[in-house]
Amino acid sequence: MTFSPELEAKFEKLVRSYPPGNQRSALIPMLLYAQDETGSVTPELVDEVSRRLGVTQVEVEAVVTYYSMLRKKRMGRHHIQICTNISCMLAGGAELWDHACHKLGIGNKEVTPDGQFSLEEVECVGACSWAPAVQVNYDFHHDMTPEKLDQLIESLRKVH
Amino acid sequence: MLYNEPSPLEVKVLTRRFGLAHSASLETYLATDGYSALRKALGMTPEQIIEEVKRSTLRGRGGAGFPAGMKWSFVPRTSPKPKYIVANADESEPGTCKDRLLMENDPHQLIEGILIAGLAVDAHAGYIYIRGEYRYLIEILDRAIAEAYQHGYLGRNILGSGFDFDLYTHTGAGAYECGEESALLESLEGKRGVPRIRPPFPAVAGAFKCPTVLNNVETLSAVPAIIRDGGAAFAALGTPKNGGTRLFSISGHVNKPGVYELPMGFSLLRMINEVAGGMREGRKLKAVIPGGSSCPVLRAEECDIAMDFDSLSKAKSMLGSAGVVVMDETTCMVRAAMRIMRFYAHESCGWCVPCREGTLWLKKILTRFHEGQGYVEDIALIDELAKNMLGRTFCPLGDAAAMPTIAFVEKFRDEFEAHLDGRPCPFEKDSRMVTV
Repeated sequence: MTFSPELEAKFEKLVRSYPPGNQRSALIPMLLYAQDETGSVTPELVDEVSRRLGVTQVEVEAVVTYYSMLRKKRMGRHHIQICTNISCMLAGGAELWDHACHKLGIGNKEVTPDGQFSLEEVECVGACSWAPAVQVNYDFHHDMTPEKLDQLIESLRKVH
Repeated sequence: MLYNEPSPLEVKVLTRRFGLAHSASLETYLATDGYSALRKALGMTPEQIIEEVKRSTLRGRGGAGFPAGMKWSFVPRTSPKPKYIVANADESEPGTCKDRLLMENDPHQLIEGILIAGLAVDAHAGYIYIRGEYRYLIEILDRAIAEAYQHGYLGRNILGSGFDFDLYTHTGAGAYECGEESALLESLEGKRGVPRIRPPFPAVAGAFKCPTVLNNVETLSAVPAIIRDGGAAFAALGTPKNGGTRLFSISGHVNKPGVYELPMGFSLLRMINEVAGGMREGRKLKAVIPGGSSCPVLRAEECDIAMDFDSLSKAKSMLGSAGVVVMDETTCMVRAAMRIMRFYAHESCGWCVPCREGTLWLKKILTRFHEGQGYVEDIALIDELAKNMLGRTFCPLGDAAAMPTIAFVEKFRDEFEAHLDGRPCPFEKDSRMVTV
């Protein structure tokens, strides 16, 4: 498997960040950073990372299935994550979630047919005082309303 | 960047640089006393540093409230093993969003705190474990770390003192459990985030089986001020045994939700009415979760309370991570309990049976209850299930799920009863079916 030079540089730095003999520590960051580039954790990626770090494939799988941000299924170009946990719930997060499902015609962890958008109902993302909160990929959007979400979706449609 | 207007009632110690131009830069940091505490600490003995932190009565800001100076003193400084400092930046407790601001607006303050902790326990390397969702903060911290290396505040022979220290950021990938210290260490070592049995505690066998100091971002960010201005000055800002200020994340039904730095022991009612601008639309206060979702709820009449660890513990709740969730009279307490339990059921790592099974069953019963399908016996069942989880797990997640549930049932039993016999939720026109 080949990665971009930037990602290779990141890997290089990562494995040097831990005491000798503890390269396995790079596993989770490596998987997440690679997923950012490949879109999902593919069997090839599991194989590649397991070889590079000297960790068995089954141990890599065990890690992949534990962490909610690591996923085997490819999400949309714009992965819209809506928090409905307590603070967001009090500020209309659940209604915002329902609105997004209707608007995009998809449910939790589903992707629109054109691959542009996917939705995920997430647990607390750390924006409780500016609720309800939405994250699109890694970008935070605070104090959201159905109207603001509509505008956000329209503006993202234009991004290719 | 600031996400809410500051309040004139704030006492700005950790947030004093918030709002300054380029507050995250080394230049701004140095122009405002930055790294002066490190210079001072380089001239102190480890015992003197730990003594100063003890004097400050600084207690862990992650939730447990353990005295930081005492934690540091448990590290066997003369052990031949390398020692590590780990900053817990896995902020995930529902209701809490303050570490994010500390890292975004003042990353050098955290770095300086880590360096001073390193001096205190003879550690020469550290990790900042950041939740995966906070990717932009990794970029900010990596920039600050690079700047610190460039100017001799990290790396070999720091400021010509002979002290070496390397610091790295490490991303998580979505798991609330990894905010628990031993699960965090497992995750740092590239494994599933399940808790370790203790003893040994991390101070003796932590990261890579070596002595480790693990502190929350806010705890470490308080250290430079303590060394700079003295532990006594920090202690004097708060109440006895609850020194300093605290970053309160206020959310929910108030006019001005936000993160505010207030002295420990600040009145909860004043916090709601004066700092956060009072209740929205003039509605009545019903309840407050005082310290993040793991903390037992307070009824409105219990809210005349000083917000420090000991006062809340006396009221059978907790200050936790100081995530203050304010709920008005329109809030359905069954729904609140259900949503919180859904979270714990999702986040239980599955290692301990009472937590894995307990959270799942409680979620099912509470969901059924909220939909009007509950039986009167369920109320006692919820209470019994939750009580059977208490103290029966490796880590506090089981307790964190059980304690608030017990409080919701005990304090709002009438609302549970109002959902019985197929009656729809009295607070909602159409009680939402829950996606799981």
